[in-house]
Amino acid sequence: MNQNGSEQKHYIDQYLREDRMPHIWCPGCGLGSILHCFLSSLIKSGIDMDKVVVVSGIGCTGRAAGYVKLDSFHTTHGRAIPFATGLKIANPELQVVVFSGDGDLIAIGGNHLIHAARRNIDMTVICVNNFNYGMTGGQLGPTTPLGARTQTSPIGNYERPFSLPYLAAASGAVYVARWTSMHVRRLEQTITEALLKRGFRFIEVIAPCPTTYGRRNRQPTGLDQMRYYRENSIIRHGADPKDVDIDLNGKIIVGKFIDIERPTYSDLLDEVMQRAFGTELPKDDTSKEEATVVGSAPK
Amino acid sequence: MSRRGPLVGEFFMNGDIACAEGGISAGCRFFAGYPITPATEVAERMSSRLPEVGGIYIQMEDELASMNAILGASWAGVKAMTATSGPGFSLMMENLGLGIMLETPCVLVNIQRAGPSTGLPTLTGQGDMMQARWGSHGCYGIIALSPTSPQECYQHTIKAFNLSEKYRIPVLVMADEIVGHMGEKVVIPPPEDIPLTPRRKPTVSPEEYLPYKPDADLIPPMANAGEGYRFHVTGLTHDERGYPVMTAEAQDRLVRRLVDKIEKNKADIIEIEEDGIDGADVVVCSYGISARVSQFAVERARDEGIKVGMLRLVTVWPFPEETIRKIAKRIKAFVVPEINCGQIALEVERCAGGAANTILVPHMGGSAHRPETIIDAIRRAVR
Amino acid sequence: MKYWRKTLDQDQVKPIRGRVEVLKDRCKQCRFCIDFCPKQVLEESTEFNRKGYHPVYAALPNECVNCGLCELICPEFAISVVPLEEEEVKEEARYV
Repeated sequence: MNQNGSEQKHYIDQYLREDRMPHIWCPGCGLGSILHCFLSSLIKSGIDMDKVVVVSGIGCTGRAAGYVKLDSFHTTHGRAIPFATGLKIANPELQVVVFSGDGDLIAIGGNHLIHAARRNIDMTVICVNNFNYGMTGGQLGPTTPLGARTQTSPIGNYERPFSLPYLAAASGAVYVARWTSMHVRRLEQTITEALLKRGFRFIEVIAPCPTTYGRRNRQPTGLDQMRYYRENSIIRHGADPKDVDIDLNGKIIVGKFIDIERPTYSDLLDEVMQRAFGTELPKDDTSKEEATVVGSAPK
Repeated sequence: MSRRGPLVGEFFMNGDIACAEGGISAGCRFFAGYPITPATEVAERMSSRLPEVGGIYIQMEDELASMNAILGASWAGVKAMTATSGPGFSLMMENLGLGIMLETPCVLVNIQRAGPSTGLPTLTGQGDMMQARWGSHGCYGIIALSPTSPQECYQHTIKAFNLSEKYRIPVLVMADEIVGHMGEKVVIPPPEDIPLTPRRKPTVSPEEYLPYKPDADLIPPMANAGEGYRFHVTGLTHDERGYPVMTAEAQDRLVRRLVDKIEKNKADIIEIEEDGIDGADVVVCSYGISARVSQFAVERARDEGIKVGMLRLVTVWPFPEETIRKIAKRIKAFVVPEINCGQIALEVERCAGGAANTILVPHMGGSAHRPETIIDAIRRAVR
Repeated sequence: MKYWRKTLDQDQVKPIRGRVEVLKDRCKQCRFCIDFCPKQVLEESTEFNRKGYHPVYAALPNECVNCGLCELICPEFAISVVPLEEEEVKEEARYV
């Protein structure tokens, strides 16, 4: 039986917690599409699903962890990244994915984001940006464009927003990309590529939030927002992240901006351990299997 | 650099370092922390010792992150701890709650200093005792130990790990600045003489596994991430499957169990030390460094002929309510010295229920009590 | 659209075809699939599903080229596209 009591099944159902379906996301929300792209990328990447861990914070996007049939953690607001850091460093075999929203990762969890990027912790961060706090009813967030109306900026936002690719790149992410939830194929390819890379990978996905954001900003349906993405997205791979700001209802520059190699936290840790202790690295006697295996992505 | 495993023998070390060594002996192989006086030495020691035993030290960006990182590490199957003091303890409260809700074994050492706010960073206090009990929002059971010497810092950290694995709960080691910075002899036994509690693993297949289906003792077995169980856990109120359920019934079932798993196992968890309570007119009830000063005061008072007993709380939480209740019926008064303006004294008073007086001996922090203050209180109690 | 010339191997090229399957009760009528299908295969139906929405259906099933965009863009995991074998294509052509 599936979500609606009918016998019909969807191929992706095997990776979803069907007993939790239908999901809570509104009609016209982009989160379902993005979650589908993520699961599809996971399948295409060929990664052992038993080793995949999804960590989310709080908010609409934060619910994603609860819908995937994988080891998954729904943590506190903003804390998905440090929780994921602990998981990844303690067991380098895990393929850790943080799936959360812009308010969660950039506002309350902003400090954790920049530090995980600085350390180049081996994890993929999928940050769904809908320009506001959806779950609490649509308040101003750290990504709300100047001039946008929200519940807490009723006469228009006068705070300058973060440009997420710029923030992630400046903090040290080795892979930075941005798509909208309309670019499903490209997003799927990008997530697959990111999953197979090592280091701190950051993918911003712009998504419609008709219920609490679009409605107040002349894009009352999810489809309106999707059409806006279609008409205003400019694909510019390799664009300098400092040039990809988003203005209210303006052009959105999308693409893969950064794809570089830099030693990960575990690489540098191993290097220092080798130097300190010689070739024979200390093996733990009690709790951990192996202190030195780094990354699970094929090299 | 040479490698050393867990230490064995007699050492001269302070309480902070003893906490770190206790962690190493207990099998802790992950430490995430943030520098804060007077707990920094725990982190420093771990940063040099963990690499030697194949563990990982990571210095996080703040205490919020530190607490989360140890929860993550614990779910990855590695014993994990952190150490902090006042302001950091406040920051950890949010995710201490997450640890309690997700039922995550880990250890949090608090080398208490005097507050509120930045307070006296380098000087002692015991003002976090109620925060240890109620600091994170909501209702829950908690375990907190209170060491009174570096030797106990070592032993309590091991005990904390064992309790945390057994009851699937973050366990607090509530030391203070004096104990943390006091150098004394610490005896570390060989590893084979240190009993360690292993994590209770699921005995069912991944298809049948329910992450919060408790055994008869209310503790659910715990699968680690990456073992193929594909479980979901959440800080939201959840059912046995770990799925969020937003109802009063689910809340009642879950929170009642979180409280009961500690309440109903109190007899196993609580450790107290009694000295000369039979026939006593007054009992001094204290913990941590205050208990040490109290012991001296008790002996002086006995020299004066006062019949005074000593009750030391090794485990402060859960509180030994039954013990206090029984003693209260046989004595005139409790004397409770503590380095705050009255926290555990409230508990003693509540449990004594009017059967005996409770005389608080407060001290605002910055130093331990002067023994004379406590002796005066004992004299007053028998008058 | 008429092409003014034919490729040499046109008669050997197999047309790629797919069949759109909709789990009607999952549809929440966001219209993403309708708008973004490159062949305009999908349309809103007039019937109601269990949730009270008008679920989409393949109005022009023969036009589907199995690109899978509707499947991926559907936020409700309601659409799947199955590639049709050559025989099935012929079979379908006979009835539609």
